[in-house]
Amino acid sequence: MKHLVLALGLLLALPAFAVQPDEILDDPALEARARDISQGLRCLVCRNENIDDSNADLARDLRLLVRERLVAGDSNEEVVDYIVDRYGEYVLLKPTLRGANLILWIAGPAMLLLALGIGGVYIRSRRRSTEPAASPLSASERARLKQITGE
Amino acid sequence: MIVELGHFALILAFAVAIVQTVIPLVGAQKGWDGWMAVAEPAATAQFLLVASSFGALTYAFVTSDFSLQLVVQNSHTLKPMLYKVSGVWGNHEGSMLLWVLILTLFGGMAAWFGGNLPPRLRARVLAVQASIGVAFYAFVLFTSNPFTRLATPPFNGQDLNPLLQDPGLAFHPPFLYLGYVGLSICFSFAVAALIEGRVDAAWARWVRPWTLLSWLFLTIGIALGSWWAYYELGWGGFWFWDPVENASFMPWLIGAALLHSAIVVEKREALKAWTILLAIMAFGFSLIGTFIVRSGVITSVHAFANDPERGVFILLILAIFMGGALTLFAARAGAMQAKGVFGVVSRETALVTNNILLAVSALVVFTGTIWPLVAEMAFDRKLSVGAPFFNMAFTPFMIVLALILPVGAMLPWKRARLGRVMKQLRPALGLAVALGALVWAMNTGRSALGPIGVALGVWLIAGTATDLVGRAGRGDLAQRLRRIVRLPRADWGKSVAHAGLGITFIGIAGMLAWNVEDIRVAQVGEQFEVAEFGIRLDKVEQVQGPNYSSTMGWVSVWKGERKLYTLHPEKRVYPVAAMPTTEAGIHSGFLRDIYVVIGDRQDGGGWAVRSYVKPLANWIWAGAIIMALGGLLSLSDRRYRVAAGAGKARGSSAGAVPAE
Repeated sequence: MKHLVLALGLLLALPAFAVQPDEILDDPALEARARDISQGLRCLVCRNENIDDSNADLARDLRLLVRERLVAGDSNEEVVDYIVDRYGEYVLLKPTLRGANLILWIAGPAMLLLALGIGGVYIRSRRRSTEPAASPLSASERARLKQITGE
Repeated sequence: MIVELGHFALILAFAVAIVQTVIPLVGAQKGWDGWMAVAEPAATAQFLLVASSFGALTYAFVTSDFSLQLVVQNSHTLKPMLYKVSGVWGNHEGSMLLWVLILTLFGGMAAWFGGNLPPRLRARVLAVQASIGVAFYAFVLFTSNPFTRLATPPFNGQDLNPLLQDPGLAFHPPFLYLGYVGLSICFSFAVAALIEGRVDAAWARWVRPWTLLSWLFLTIGIALGSWWAYYELGWGGFWFWDPVENASFMPWLIGAALLHSAIVVEKREALKAWTILLAIMAFGFSLIGTFIVRSGVITSVHAFANDPERGVFILLILAIFMGGALTLFAARAGAMQAKGVFGVVSRETALVTNNILLAVSALVVFTGTIWPLVAEMAFDRKLSVGAPFFNMAFTPFMIVLALILPVGAMLPWKRARLGRVMKQLRPALGLAVALGALVWAMNTGRSALGPIGVALGVWLIAGTATDLVGRAGRGDLAQRLRRIVRLPRADWGKSVAHAGLGITFIGIAGMLAWNVEDIRVAQVGEQFEVAEFGIRLDKVEQVQGPNYSSTMGWVSVWKGERKLYTLHPEKRVYPVAAMPTTEAGIHSGFLRDIYVVIGDRQDGGGWAVRSYVKPLANWIWAGAIIMALGGLLSLSDRRYRVAAGAGKARGSSAGAVPAE
């Protein structure tokens, strides 16, 4: 059975685990930075997974690349730029502020301000009594009233 | 044969739904009682027909009928019975059948328990509900038929995606759909009210139980999904801001807003137009969610372009129903005059703020979810919007919400004095700040999320307790206790749900701030330290499961010389589906989980092992379940039962003044 499973495992080329023990850098500070950067980079072949969590081989390659650059002395930004240069802005899980992306970033605060404005106007309007100024009676109601009061 | 009967039942239900859409609507317009009365038996018939259709498909799965294409693609004879059954909805076609089943279940419930509704309103609600049914029967029958036969059936099936062969995920879709689709009833009520041109306190009282019911199911569904991700995906995350998750989260947020705004309509006859709009939007987001999940558009725009049939169909349904409802809304919203007058500082204002925060945060999630699509189509930029964006853009809304919640929950209606409420809340505030500061002091150099989250959570829970104590009034302890116990269930529900939110806050803060991780090559028999625990890989063996083979580790957890537990992390391979899964070994505790995952055998001997200590992990889901319990308590409130019973009694004394 063991052999069968082993054979199957080889056959399927099992994707390995996310971060592997052999990837981890000796310098804990550098490793922490690598983890930090990895969590902001998308695994290109997965659905909405960062390379830190992903089991895919490509994610492993990217993780190793990030560490390679860090060891070579790059700053965090330089590492990210290096990856973006090669894979495009698709790898960034946090979109940049450039160009049309401003709409995305501003949408939240803008909608909040708008909603607060509308809400504020509504609340102020509710403060004054807007009780529909006793809608005038219709002709038939007036007739009925006359009838009741016996005029 | 049974499968054909199921197929036929579904077609018949389609026909019944068309009748139920047209006849009662005309009847309500013309005032013909006989035509309006068609709605109820038709709703019951629809439910029975779809239920038998669903039963037929389940039968095909249980008996492994491989002449059915769907069974071949998603089942296997060796699969355990539970997953044969859950396989029915573990695929596109079957899950859409579950969708319509729940749609007709809610339609049926509205017919069965709607005895107290005015006949016209009831007829219109059921007609609108049936029209949604018509659209989705057409979708299932024309684009996603689960009953397609194969000319040459194979000997065995291709098995269900192994990730779905899990108890958490077996029950996740039904709960989620009960919530999603339940919101359709609120939509039907809103559209019916727009057709009538009348929204009043009674309407809000009828809509609220349905909103509560769907919201609490949605809460359970989301919690189950998040819990599944936590233990199944192998690194113990609980929320990934995946488009599919967002699809369920947006209706949840809007549903929560609707719950609160309907209270204002019920108690104060204000916010009517807004509540109607929320009811429309809540179901709109359910449809958008269905579109996102079912069309594949988010995974890849190109996959969508290659096979656009289903996506376009749902988009069409979305456009017709949202377009129609919003047009009707625009035409009729002016007629809904608000009556209640209230001061700037009042419960009403607090609930308006709650609605603003929940609705805008839902829109933020929406913007982020569809932005990659917009950017690609409009600006030709291929980009991603992931967790870092959502964490930044969404979290502030929740922090503000938690800050104002305890205050708003205690403000009186109409006109309030902030100072008075704040004075009552001072101990709660003090406790929250003190505990937050204590955590901050112990937390040197770690994420600020921990102390902030704990302080907010404590503030929510202590604020809720303050509210309850305040409601007890004066007198000796026995008197107070009696008063607290006799509070309406709705008040208890509110307190329990708000406290549940606080518990979830604390759980999330704990997970994010104090997660301890250890990744290493562990030799068998070697012990290593993770946080305060000793962890030892005792042995690794191959184990055979019913339809998988597994590499199972025996991992013992030690504290000093004492052995605490043995965990069994697994790596499974499902040969039929050719897919591996990880099963983490987890010991769940009150204050922390110990979470161990086993990886590959290493070349130099030993195994890759990842171990985590995850503080307060269970609090996240416990909080969600407590929130759902709060919803249940509120649902059982006397006034809904009285309202339900009153319908039968009122027949004789029509026009009597309501008791309250």
